[in-house]
Amino acid sequence: MNEGNSLYQDAIKQFAQAAHGHGQLAAAAGEAKLDNPLCGDRVGVQVAVASDHITAIAHETRGCLLCRAAASVMGLRAVGQDEAGIEAITAGLEGMLKNEAPVPAAWPELSMFEPARAYPSRHRCVLLPFRALLAALLESRRSRHGDI
Amino acid sequence: MSASLRDEFPLLAAAPQLHYLDSAATAQIHRLALDAVVRHETTRRANVSRGTYRLAEAADLAYEQARQTAARFLNANSADEIIFTSGATASLNLVAHAFGNTLKAGDRVLISVAEHHSNFVPWQMLRARKGIELGLIPVTASGQLDLARLPELIDRKCRLIAVTHCSNVTGARTDVAALVAAARKVGAKVLLDGAQAVQHGPQDVRALGIDFYAFSGHKCFGPGGVGVLWGKGELLAAMPPFLTGGGMIGEVTPQASTWAAPPQRFEAGTPPIAQAVGLAAALEWMVGQSWPQIHAREGRLCELLIEGLLRIPGLRLLGPEASAARAPIVSFEVAGQHPHDICQVLDAHNLALRGGHHCAQPLMAALGAEVCTRASIALYNDEADIQALLDGLGFALRELA
Repeated sequence: MNEGNSLYQDAIKQFAQAAHGHGQLAAAAGEAKLDNPLCGDRVGVQVAVASDHITAIAHETRGCLLCRAAASVMGLRAVGQDEAGIEAITAGLEGMLKNEAPVPAAWPELSMFEPARAYPSRHRCVLLPFRALLAALLESRRSRHGDI
Repeated sequence: MSASLRDEFPLLAAAPQLHYLDSAATAQIHRLALDAVVRHETTRRANVSRGTYRLAEAADLAYEQARQTAARFLNANSADEIIFTSGATASLNLVAHAFGNTLKAGDRVLISVAEHHSNFVPWQMLRARKGIELGLIPVTASGQLDLARLPELIDRKCRLIAVTHCSNVTGARTDVAALVAAARKVGAKVLLDGAQAVQHGPQDVRALGIDFYAFSGHKCFGPGGVGVLWGKGELLAAMPPFLTGGGMIGEVTPQASTWAAPPQRFEAGTPPIAQAVGLAAALEWMVGQSWPQIHAREGRLCELLIEGLLRIPGLRLLGPEASAARAPIVSFEVAGQHPHDICQVLDAHNLALRGGHHCAQPLMAALGAEVCTRASIALYNDEADIQALLDGLGFALRELA
């Protein structure tokens, strides 16, 4: 019997516990909620944006340790990024999980999710906050520019 | 359960270290069912109700014999009352469309808060299509249908009561007799979603006094991709088809079509032939088992599990504490721990359980839980599985703290 599970490293538990960025913004340029249909987990993200860059982020995350830790990393790191930067980080994270791609260099904390590669059903737990952030940024762009 | 019975299930026989406690999602396939599928596909594979060559005749015979076996499993009046579908979800959607099309705006269908989404969403869709009223039987704090509320929910507008035979989350059994008695007073029909009940023995639809019964093959030791809808003959005869296409018509002209009689009216296209043959082998095997003994053993395991779970600090059991009031399905939540994380760690201990909302979000909300961990016990489980789960849970909660 395997007495350990490298998926649940201390770093993941600590990030989940810290819940960086948890809460709500007083005024948001864009917001979105996404669900994981597998388990009903939900991430709601709000962003404030100036000059196409994130100036503030808040999220409310209901989910497993992986989802909460990923949301916490996002809450810590997203400010200062633009939509293209978040798209690149999300693609890099997805590539790391699904295709053995390297950890996105700009956000080295994401390396804690490398053991999740072995569990495809958990990839969307990690990706859900980032996809919610992208949806919030899209809404922000629509409201600012009216484009789709 | 004895090792010899476990050995009748090929996957379990090949994985002696596995503690499989997710039979409510998919039960393991019995060797006889698997053998029947292979035998059919290698000796009788042909389409049914279409060919006159000997191979096609053999396929026809096997398929219709499977229908007779399913009728015996349910104690139906006739094999013509058995419709093969792709599973319980398809069976329930079939009723929601075909019987649903006989309803008119203002008619009421009564379901319960405890339904699996497959017996919830089709009726919401019918409400949107036809303007029916959709009533909801609430549940008690222990997740059982609160039938004391029936008098205020049932009146002459009620045409159908469609509820679970037992919950896929709490295992809570439905008091079918009370439900049928209330339905008969107003002339309503009764549909039971038997997806979780069939794994625990053959059913008697005539004794139950109901009108429709739906179940899936993969939950009663048969193959995936096949299910059954049983309906009373006179009801099926009065229903229009759901899906249309080959095999379900009387005559097609450029102007219009007529329909075959049931059950073919409801089996458009090529049915799941080998799967039905495999399912019949599983059902035949089930009919030959000693169910009072199996129920006693499943009940003991359920009690053992509940006793052990209730000793874990911070654990809340969902559903009835009395094992007699539930099928051996036990769901629980642990304060501060997510079921996906718990199940992930349990998997490292060779324990297969499901965590999540179990496709029953209205029930979860009514029970004050968002998600939960579920252990479901079948006839091949034993005390070692239960002890492994209790030990594994202790480890998981330490690991995740």
